[in-house]
Parts: sequence; structure tokens; C-alpha cells
Amino acid sequence: MAGLTTRPLRGDTAKSQRGSEETPFIKWLLICIALGFVGVFLVLPLINVFYQAFHNGIGFYFESLREPDTLSAIQLTLVITLIAVPMNAFFGMAAAWAVAKFEFRGKALLITLIDLPFAVSPVVAGLVFVVWFGRQGFLGNWLDAHDIHIIFALPGMLLATTFVTVPFVARELIPLMQANGTDQEQAALTLGANGWQTFWYVTLPSSKWGLIYGIILCNARAMGEFGAVSVVSGAIAGQTETIPLRVDKLFHSATSAAGVASFAVASLLALLALLTLVIKSYLEWRTERAYALAQRSESNSA
Amino acid sequence: MSIELRNVAKQFGAVIAVRGVSFSIGHGELVALLGPSGGGKTTVLRMIAGLEMPSSGDIFIQNQRVNDVSVRHRNIGFVFQSYALFKTMTVFKNIAFGLKIKKWAKSDIDFRVAELMNLLELNGLEKRYPHQLSGGQRQRVAIARALASKPSVLLLDEPFGAVDAKIRQELREWLVRLHHDLNVTTLFVTHDQEEAMEVADRIVIIAKGTLEQIGTPREVYEQPSNEYVARFIGVMNVLEANVTSGIARVGEMEFPTSSALDGPARIGFRPYDVQVSTDLACYRYRAVIKHTFFLGIMLRLELEMNSGLVIRTRMTKEEYSQLGLDDGKEVSLQIRKYRVLASQSGPLSSEVAYTYQMPPTIAEGI
Repeated sequence: MAGLTTRPLRGDTAKSQRGSEETPFIKWLLICIALGFVGVFLVLPLINVFYQAFHNGIGFYFESLREPDTLSAIQLTLVITLIAVPMNAFFGMAAAWAVAKFEFRGKALLITLIDLPFAVSPVVAGLVFVVWFGRQGFLGNWLDAHDIHIIFALPGMLLATTFVTVPFVARELIPLMQANGTDQEQAALTLGANGWQTFWYVTLPSSKWGLIYGIILCNARAMGEFGAVSVVSGAIAGQTETIPLRVDKLFHSATSAAGVASFAVASLLALLALLTLVIKSYLEWRTERAYALAQRSESNSA
Repeated sequence: MSIELRNVAKQFGAVIAVRGVSFSIGHGELVALLGPSGGGKTTVLRMIAGLEMPSSGDIFIQNQRVNDVSVRHRNIGFVFQSYALFKTMTVFKNIAFGLKIKKWAKSDIDFRVAELMNLLELNGLEKRYPHQLSGGQRQRVAIARALASKPSVLLLDEPFGAVDAKIRQELREWLVRLHHDLNVTTLFVTHDQEEAMEVADRIVIIAKGTLEQIGTPREVYEQPSNEYVARFIGVMNVLEANVTSGIARVGEMEFPTSSALDGPARIGFRPYDVQVSTDLACYRYRAVIKHTFFLGIMLRLELEMNSGLVIRTRMTKEEYSQLGLDDGKEVSLQIRKYRVLASQSGPLSSEVAYTYQMPPTIAEGI
């Protein structure tokens, strides 16, 4: 409760006339720069995507989405996402649980490693898999002999996508689980709950919103990933093309109709981005509340 | 025996938290585990609950060795210092949690939860979430949750630590009443000796991981087993004295001792054992009232003797005004009872009652 009473009232801060306050000119200049930047680099291109997509009319728009290679790209993207996202949700929860609830050596290293995919260029990530599983790679001969295809096939694309999206769920869950602590789990144990019941009734509900938020971000990235997937896929039309690869290929083909089609396909990704933004804002609000609750009960009991 | 510890020790890495502690608690007792912060008392409680494994020794609950029994099968109720209520569940669901896990029938759960809500005066709060409750309400929900499945022992970790002073007093009385009604064996951890004295039937004093004494509040107060307990329980004046030929001297004060050994010794006495009079001839020593502290019904006086020695005493307001005391006033005093405090862990010699007789004066009888 203390947090509520000590928080300054909003009206006070808005009206304060501190000596450090900037002049109105500087204030508006900064706001214009920020808005201008967002407008030129984010909003205009987004509008342009939809403008280009509908350039040849609505009929052509749906026509280009219904093309077999495009449909196959959409299907492949969904398959990859449906496998990669649950895998990372599972891994993220396991990692967050380990980091938040246990003390062990190498914890700092684990947290750093979880962040690694954010630091490494996706192209490099893709190349790493090629070096391992490619025809000239370390395991290439063995895989060839057993007729297992990883590079230029679905498994490779899955590996690349999973690698790139590893951090999303874990990064969201770790701070939330740490704020929640282990008291509630211990209480559940003393009340007779086993590990699974404790997880299902106590841990999961209290970190639910963080988890969903992480999954949404992970999903958006998994569908939109280009770099790593492009290296391992070989972009064979109708077989190993995902939506981003399809957009790229259509855009670079010679005909103007293909150019318009590429924007039509790209508009799917743009729509996904917008949808993600909306869900993300809602979830941010929910997770903030979850944090506030975690901290409020902490500060009251401390 | 409801709970029994036999030579239980716990080590965290290189740190020894509990050293060979043994004690037992009878059925239906209300016992306090008292000691300074970091003294190992919470570790003892958590080992009984099964939240920590003892490094050595045996723990028995209801005469059954439970070292290898997991927390969930020990049938204990545990109230955490932070209460650890389930944030995502309502008050009703919090209390019902253990029953649901133990697969009680729904009607039985409803009945039991209603019974507890009634007992703990939580009626009307069924649908509230923990963050919508006051500190005292949260604690009662935590106790209700711990009691729900009728545990054989109730363990509470610093149950009054997280609430403010006024509610703390209410909760103490309330815990005693609850224990009286339910008669469930209860063990609670506290660092507040006053709280332990007020609430518990018996007190287990643990410091630096070692068991110092077990006894009723009266026993540990009147017959402390060593200097540590004597100083920890209640308040005590401790003077560093020097013994020569059977008399311990500090400043102008003299304390006859039974020990024949010469050398340094500590003399301890309770503030209540200092007798004060405004009649300067009444007692042997003289002092000036340096400061009077107001503690509510009691007053604490700091008396400075001629040698600069400071002695603390307590008396009621009535006594104070009856005697006509005030800051700066000169008084005579004597120590009614005192102890020679031995080394920190050694046994204590019994208290010495001492009354100083004024030597007859020439004017006597006139």
C-alpha cells in the first residue's frame, strides 16, 4: 500500500516549474523529431505496403495470395511457427523456472547465453547450422549416408527459427518469476501439492500474462524471420519458402505483376505486425498489473 | 510427543545454522521458538516442516520419524512470515487449496472453509483477492489455509512480524484464544521475548544454532540457565565488577559472592530489583535521577551514582509519584536481588537476596 501513497500525483508533476525544465521550443523540437522519425521510417512504409498491395485492385490482391507457391509458403510458415513457438515456450519456462527458483553455479552464464541470439546476426546463426549439417559440414557425410535432410529442408528451417526466437519467452518470464519468489510454491507443498500441481495451480497462473506476452513476441518473430531461414532453406518455391522468403523472391522477379504480388504477401506480415502490436499493448498492461501485484504483496509482507 | 527433535543439526555449506538441538513438544502445547535474528530458529521450524533437510539427527512428528517423509505427507500446517497467499486465488480458493489437493468432496470443502472463515472472522471476504486484504486479514487467511486439512501440528514463522504494533497485540491474544479452542500443537518462531512470554506455554530459546534453555516463561525469566538467557529474557543491568576476597566491587557498589576466586566477574540484576527511596538514609547507595523515560504504564529511570555508574530501574507511574521522584532528584538505592553472571554458556549460580541493614547510629532511638 505504501507504494500507492508515496507515488506523486500526476497533476503535480505536469504543473511543476522546475529550473531544469526545457523551453517550449526545445520540447516541441524533440517531440517533432521523434514523431517525424516514426512517421518516415515506420508509418509511411507500412502504409506504402498496403498501397502497393492493392495497386492492381482487390481482385488481384486475393488472386496473388491464392497462388500455389504463395499458399505453400503460408502453410510452411504456419508449420514452422506451430513447432518452434511451443518449443521455445517450453524451454523459456524451464529456463525461467531454473533461474528464478534455484541458486546454482553458472546461472549468470545461462542468462547471458539465453540472450545470445539477440546479439548474433541471424545470417551467422544460419551459417552455423550449415557448417554442422550441410553437405560439406561436420555431420554432412553421416546425414547423407542415412538419407536425413536438414539443410534445404524443414528441419534446418525449424532449427534456425527456434534458435533466433529462443530469448523471447525466457526474457519475459525470468523477471516476473523472480518478483514472485518461491514462497507460494513452498506454501503449496506444505498443503500437500506435488510438483506438477504446484506448477499448474500456482506458478503458471501467477506468471500467465508474462508467458502469453513472450509467446506473442516469439510468434511474430518466428513468422517474420528472414536471415537465418534464408541461409538454410535454399528457397525452393513450393517446398522450402516461408512468407518472408516468398516476398523477397517475388519482389526481385522481373515482372511488375510479381512486384505487386510481393506487396500483397508482405501485407500479411504487416497485418500480423499490427495484430501483435495490439495484443502486446493489452498484455503489457496485464503484465504490469501482475508485477504490481507481485511487488505489492512483497512490500506489504517484508 | 507431538514433535520431537533428537540431536538435529543443519549446515548450509560452511555455515553451521543449527548445532545438535534436541527438544520435544507435547500434544496440544503452544510453544515459542525464541532467539535473535539469524540464530537458527527459522531453520529449525523449516526442518520440522520438511522444507529443509537436517544434516544430521532425527525429527519425529506424532512419534513417527519423518526425516524421509516429504513436506506434503507430513500433515503439518505452515504459516509463512510473508503469508505466501496465492495471489491469483480468492480467499475461498486459498483456504480450500489443500482440501482440493487432498480430493475432499465439494460439499465437505464448502463446509470446512465456511467453518474456518467463521472461526477466523473472515466472513464476507470469500471473493476478495489477497491484495485486497489488510495485513491482519491476510495473516488470518494464511492461518485458515494452514488449518484447513486439520494438521497434526501448526507451525508459524514470525507470525506477528509483518503487522503493526496495535494489530500485533490483537493477533497475539487471538492466537492464544484460537489455540485454546482448537488445541492443536502449535510452534511459532519469534525474536520478540515479550511476545514469547505472553503467548507461549513454554519457550525454547535458540541462539547461534544452539539450544540455550527450554521452560515456561516463568522458569526462563526467574531461573535462566546461563548469562545469555538471563540477558535475552527481560531487561537486565549488567555491571563489570572485580572480585577480591569474596566481594565483587564496581564503583562504590559491593556484591558479596560465594565464589572464592578473585578476578573479573559480571553482576546482573533486573530493573525491578532496584529499590529506590527519597530518604537518603534509607538505603546504602546514593544516586541522582538522570532521566525518566515514559513507557506507558511503566517508567524507566536512569540513575547515575557518584562514581558515574549508571543503573536502570523500572517502576509504575503510581510508585513514581508516590515517592515524589523527578529528574535531578537525589535518591538512595539498594539492589534487592542479583546474580553473579558466569561465562556466556556456563551455568548460572542462583540469585542472591540481599538486604542492607543501616549500621546503628548514635542518634538512633532518640
